[in-house]
Amino acid sequence: MRIWEHPILEFKRGKKVKIYFEGKEIEAYEGESVAAALIASGIKVLRYSPKMKRPRGLFCAIGKCSSCLMEIDGKPNQMACMIRVKEGMQIRRQKGKGNVKLNEKT
Amino acid sequence: MKKLSTQILVVGAGPAGLSSAITACELGAKVLVCDENPEPGGQLIKQTHKFFGAEQHYCGIRGITIRKILYEKAKEKGAEILLNTSCVGLYEEKVALLVQDEESFEVKFDCVIVSTGARENMLLFDGNDLPGIYGAGALQTLMNVYGVLPGKKMLMIGSGNIGLIVSYQAVQAGIEVVGIVEALPHIGGYLVHAQKVRRLGIPIYTCHTIKEAIGKEHVEGAIIWRLENWKPIEGTEKEIECDIICLAAGLSPSIELLEQAGCKIVYVPELGGRVPWHDEFMETSQKGIFVAGDASGIEEAVTAILEGRIAGAAAVNRINPTVKAVKIIKETQKDIEEFRKGPFGEKPRKGKQKLFSYYP
Repeated sequence: MRIWEHPILEFKRGKKVKIYFEGKEIEAYEGESVAAALIASGIKVLRYSPKMKRPRGLFCAIGKCSSCLMEIDGKPNQMACMIRVKEGMQIRRQKGKGNVKLNEKT
Repeated sequence: MKKLSTQILVVGAGPAGLSSAITACELGAKVLVCDENPEPGGQLIKQTHKFFGAEQHYCGIRGITIRKILYEKAKEKGAEILLNTSCVGLYEEKVALLVQDEESFEVKFDCVIVSTGARENMLLFDGNDLPGIYGAGALQTLMNVYGVLPGKKMLMIGSGNIGLIVSYQAVQAGIEVVGIVEALPHIGGYLVHAQKVRRLGIPIYTCHTIKEAIGKEHVEGAIIWRLENWKPIEGTEKEIECDIICLAAGLSPSIELLEQAGCKIVYVPELGGRVPWHDEFMETSQKGIFVAGDASGIEEAVTAILEGRIAGAAAVNRINPTVKAVKIIKETQKDIEEFRKGPFGEKPRKGKQKLFSYYP
């Protein structure tokens, strides 16, 4: 859900961009964090914890608590609260510690 | 690797950092500020409420406006500000390692001011890791920065100023606040803020705490219970339907960088727990490393601005002592003392006294 009218604030949203969550297209605005865009679309579970497989969501929103680690454009352990959306971004829920794909160059 | 050099490096462009940069620039120093966020201003970016205090302390102005004033002034005075840039290490040779867009570079400095702010405290209760449980600052970010609502019904834990202000802001944003839970027998924050939420008809449960969060994949409700002498009473459980649980249970200073740099850390509960030891000039146990704002002990934005001013002047004074810098330090120390005379300044005042009494 997004706020369109507010007694004090006026939200100047950036350009509309398309991002993909688990392959599904989601609308987002340039300048907003991945977590904000997902929550605006009603997505609350951002990852599952390694041991107990507990669902985890956004908690601190300032890059301190690691609750929102996700797989973004193939890279695991990305802070969804700090990373800004980009056109075509592929976002996945991280399960456990995430898999690092090693390519031939590295 | 790219190498930069500056006289004063400021880590964190919140109220304390920007204020220290302004002061250091006014005293003629070369200043570089870095901040890991894409926008400067630290937590002021989400503070839509008006500030209290004396006129010279931005009284009656909203945090979001103070942020603009400070940022514009810092730029105007000549501070270089690097955004999206994290400081990941401070080293003995007076070199800092910074990272911007996955590229790292070195900054050589004479003095560094660490104003890295604070983080939200967690509370212990069943299901406290469920999605839908947010720190008060996180909820403010969603509502006031991005204009995003994470739910419809919110239960607030904590009735300090942050708990009260964020509850009010949640209502402004269109969230129904179903209650405010407070472990103390009385409301924690300022009466004006409490009256605002009471006028909206929000129930405040004093002598209560949260027992558990209900829900499988995300929050669907909460169970609270009554406390007597800080002990929960069986049979007093009350179930509350909500999809947001907001925690306003205090903050802890973010001190990793100072710890890594070898600054002495002391435990002062009045200041939020483990804090870097510092003197009246905001200098830590490591010469040339200064601290300001919430990173030096939890207080508020006005004192962060004043502490930043002291740290900025003291850092320049360490490089090049001047009468002007000493005058700024003395005047600002008096200002802080005056500001802490109020009833809510008692805790930080005691905390700082305790801190100053420890010798590094």
